[in-house]
Amino acid sequence: MQRSEQTLTTLTVIAGLAVLVAAYLALVVAPPALGPSGQNLGPDLTAAQRIIYFHVPSAWVSMLAFAVTMVASIGYLRTGNQRWDIAALSSAEIGIAFTIAVLGSGSVWAKPAWNTWWTWDPRLTTYTIVFLLYVSYFMLRGSMDDPARRARFAAVYGIFAFVSVPITFFSIRWWRTIHPVLFDAQNFGLSSGMKPVFFYCLATFTLLYMVFLLHRMRLEETREEVEELKEQLGY
Amino acid sequence: MNFWHAVGAIVWKDIRAEARTKDIFSSMFVFALLSVIVFNFAFQLRVADMKSVVPGMLWVAISFAGTLGLNRAFVIEMDKGSLAGLLLAPMDRAAIYFGKTLGNLLFMLIVEAVLLPLIMIFFNLSLFSVPHLLVLLLGTIGFAVVGTIFSAIAVNTRARDVLLPILLFPVLVPVLVSGANMTGMLLDGYGFRDILGNLQFVLFYDLVFAVLAYLTFDFVVEE
Repeated sequence: MQRSEQTLTTLTVIAGLAVLVAAYLALVVAPPALGPSGQNLGPDLTAAQRIIYFHVPSAWVSMLAFAVTMVASIGYLRTGNQRWDIAALSSAEIGIAFTIAVLGSGSVWAKPAWNTWWTWDPRLTTYTIVFLLYVSYFMLRGSMDDPARRARFAAVYGIFAFVSVPITFFSIRWWRTIHPVLFDAQNFGLSSGMKPVFFYCLATFTLLYMVFLLHRMRLEETREEVEELKEQLGY
Repeated sequence: MNFWHAVGAIVWKDIRAEARTKDIFSSMFVFALLSVIVFNFAFQLRVADMKSVVPGMLWVAISFAGTLGLNRAFVIEMDKGSLAGLLLAPMDRAAIYFGKTLGNLLFMLIVEAVLLPLIMIFFNLSLFSVPHLLVLLLGTIGFAVVGTIFSAIAVNTRARDVLLPILLFPVLVPVLVSGANMTGMLLDGYGFRDILGNLQFVLFYDLVFAVLAYLTFDFVVEE
């Protein structure tokens, strides 16, 4: 117990420092972005573009978090071990937080780039639906008292929710998209100076997610321990 | 008792119960009709060509009415304690799921069969062709497949009726988007070939979620 506490503290400190370095790299070190044919983007858009170092990693982490929720849900249904349920719950909470970060940072970028806070582009629409899916997930959890039943139902919904994400995306893709595509089969939309910063930020956010997850799971486990102790003491 | 025999028995039970009370059908149909009429009033003054909003209207009316019917499907089983009886019956539990799904599908299709001619009369449109009906059928299957398992979940929670649409609609978005899209394309004069891709997509959705529901239904009804 003591050793795992120490490891978690170390990881937390490393993640905190890594985020500070990421902010410095993204805001100061990374070269200003250029347009598709190498033209200058203008001051507003050049500044706004730096959001990519937080926006894309947040999107990656939110999807990773919901994927972990699904895997943990399957784990719970197969084994009935409560730790899986705690992992699913914790990961979904972090996923929702990062989903809000994605929607918020995207809106801030869209105002100078598209001249609007919001459009019904497939990716934006899909993210809104994803947000609603996991709000529903927590409403479902909140409407049941029996822990075993809550865990089972939430696990089933967690699987359905994540499977529906790509299907929703493709169903809306029939509409024309204006969202920039960063990766495709032929090229990668970042200049050589931007790439290292981008991947550094991606790694930092992944580490941040893992630290959040460990903390959140520990919190939930402690909470359950307290409940048990209360019961033993007759509170 | 083999699997499909059991499924058939459950569907038949639901049909007979419904034939006596007509609870589900009447409330679903009246609600669907009311939503179409409310939409008509809501849009009439601003929309020049009502044809352009009919696909959305049709699919929203079906979703609302379908949610109402799905809510009843398991509430009835719970209130009279018949779900316990079904679970005790010596058969595969997936048979309960498919039986209830087929029952829900059937009730929704009957409601659509009555609603469709009325929409055609109200808006002077022709929706009675094989592609239109195929689109409706596949969309409704998707609705019933996902709705039935979520209805079994929602009925066991404190919020009950309120929770079902909240759980159901975000997962149902692909069916609604593709369904309204295809109905609109057909109304605009596109042919069957043009909607084939969308149609296959909805079929894919139906299959994926039917398999997923089949795999997880046991955990939902387990006590």
